Amino acid sequence: MATAAARSFGLTAAHRRIGGKLLGAVLSLAFVLVFNFFLFRVLPGDPAKNLTRNRLVPAEQVEAVRESFGLGKPLPQQFAAYVRDTLSGDLGISYKYRRPVSDVIAERIGPTVLLVGLSTILSIIIGLYIGIRGAWGRGSVFDRMSLGASLALYAMPEFWLGILLLIAFGVGVGPLPGLFPTGGMSTPGTDMSSLAGVLDVAMHLFLPCLTLTLAYLAEYALVMRSSLLDELGEDYLVTARAKGLRDALVLRRHAVPNALLPTTTLIFLNLGFVVSGAITIETVFSWPGLGLLSYEALSTPDYPLLQGVFLLFSAAVIVANVLADLLYSYLDPRVRTG
Amino acid sequence: MAGVEARAPQAEDTELLGPGPAPSPRAIVRARRRRAAARAWAEYRRNPTGMIGLAILVLFVAVALLTPLFVPASELDVTKATGVPFSPPSAEYPLGTDESGRSVLALTLWGSRVSLLVGFLATVISVLIGSVVGIVAGHRGRWTDSVLMRITDWFLVIPFLPLAIVLATILGPSLANIAFVIGITSWPGTARIVRAQALAVSARPYIDRARALGAGDWHLITRHILPNTVPLIFANTVLIVAVAILSETTLAFLGLGDPLRVSWGSMLDAAFSHGAASIGAWWYLVPPGLCILLVVLAFTMCGQALEAVLNPRLRGR
Repeated sequence: MATAAARSFGLTAAHRRIGGKLLGAVLSLAFVLVFNFFLFRVLPGDPAKNLTRNRLVPAEQVEAVRESFGLGKPLPQQFAAYVRDTLSGDLGISYKYRRPVSDVIAERIGPTVLLVGLSTILSIIIGLYIGIRGAWGRGSVFDRMSLGASLALYAMPEFWLGILLLIAFGVGVGPLPGLFPTGGMSTPGTDMSSLAGVLDVAMHLFLPCLTLTLAYLAEYALVMRSSLLDELGEDYLVTARAKGLRDALVLRRHAVPNALLPTTTLIFLNLGFVVSGAITIETVFSWPGLGLLSYEALSTPDYPLLQGVFLLFSAAVIVANVLADLLYSYLDPRVRTG
Repeated sequence: MAGVEARAPQAEDTELLGPGPAPSPRAIVRARRRRAAARAWAEYRRNPTGMIGLAILVLFVAVALLTPLFVPASELDVTKATGVPFSPPSAEYPLGTDESGRSVLALTLWGSRVSLLVGFLATVISVLIGSVVGIVAGHRGRWTDSVLMRITDWFLVIPFLPLAIVLATILGPSLANIAFVIGITSWPGTARIVRAQALAVSARPYIDRARALGAGDWHLITRHILPNTVPLIFANTVLIVAVAILSETTLAFLGLGDPLRVSWGSMLDAAFSHGAASIGAWWYLVPPGLCILLVVLAFTMCGQALEAVLNPRLRGR
């Protein structure tokens, strides 16, 4: 029985834990800022020279770039200016697009969230189902087949899977015609607000979404299978069965809820990768999201854009980590009070 | 465990070292390590998954080493290519040709060298950093531990691929840089595992005893903590090679690979950017991808088998 004193102590401990996590997240973000600053301004030498590498640029333009970076000032002042700009949302001007980096990034978030979000949801549903069925019928044909398939999916580069699917269903093999468009998000000239437009986007979405779903689901299936196998050895399941519960109920009411804990954490951790998770797949299918944008930024190379995208990707993962932590302490009482 | 101090030879030691003058402590330790390794190997041999993985790896490493003896490097020279670009498999070119008429088979064979080399190099860097950080953090404790773990957590949290892309873009594409980038971004997992083990070993009573006898940090780490951590590091290393090879493939596919050398990843990059997908040139895309799949799968199988051997808790999984 918890006394009032013990309960209030538990609460403060939990608060201290959450506070520590938040502080850690802020520190991580600050670290990203420092890292970004040094990496992009100090390591590659003169950013103005980098901008003009392999290109003929008038001397006054180089001077303008140097001015915009504040390169004449001492390092601490440069850093202060950089932090101030970044915190106020000013990420610089993209070399390639000649527009503010924040604007360029903003238009690309939607397509990526649509593609990766949908793939994540699908892979969670399918992956959990495969993991549960596999663990419950451990050693069965289904289990061995799905385990082998999961390991193989885990071992192949996802963009390679994407290219193969692109050839099979987009380009067409031999006499078979391609069923789906090979790239982009919509056919030019289609009215996006009409039903035909929505269907058109869905057709474009199908192949990249299928690839990502296959690439992601292996992890969920493997984790779910192994955490359910852990639970299946526990005594409380024997008790449940001894009470006369049917197998299906033992599984659904007792084993699965407990086994879901590690998987839930994994899901939340992976949510942070929703914005950065599809760099190669978006490149293969020319899906106009943040992944393709990163590819464009690194092949130019467009340093301000790359820096901005990296900042966003890191921030997303850090925030998702904090959420996963909070959720975990809510779901697992041992963490909450311990 | 091999690090246990025991001055007096035990029955099984004399049995192993034979009769004669009393063996030195070093000889005893060596003999025990040999015995432990032999036991682990016997256990590993009973694991069919691990043996299949090992067989695949031996095959690939042999191919990578022997390729220069059978396939002249001139086959990779674009200017000396004789085939018709993008021709499907034929008697002359068993796996067809690439965009400039080179044999895909020759490219795949040569590609195995760079892919495996980068994988191994990156793993060495990663495991070195991870082990040193983990052991120092676990053994020293206090603020050293806090600072090192803070850094480790940061590397764990930052998304791997974007970080690697940023570093590779700034450092420029070369074989050494790619290996460095993968190594520097993939060590935190090792550091965490090694730290946990180092903490556990440091808490054992015999460490206190050794310290009371005047042992310094260096002696404690090299004689006691490291020998007790090495099996764990080893199993982890095998899994890291798999990740490193996949990472090399991804970075090379994004055009960040060494432009002067052929790897499986750079083959996929060249194939895709020259439109092999849109003309359906599967013979150019399938071989490198399949090789990556097989090698990564083989490393994963070996790693899991090793973990099962070295971590008795996992047995029967």
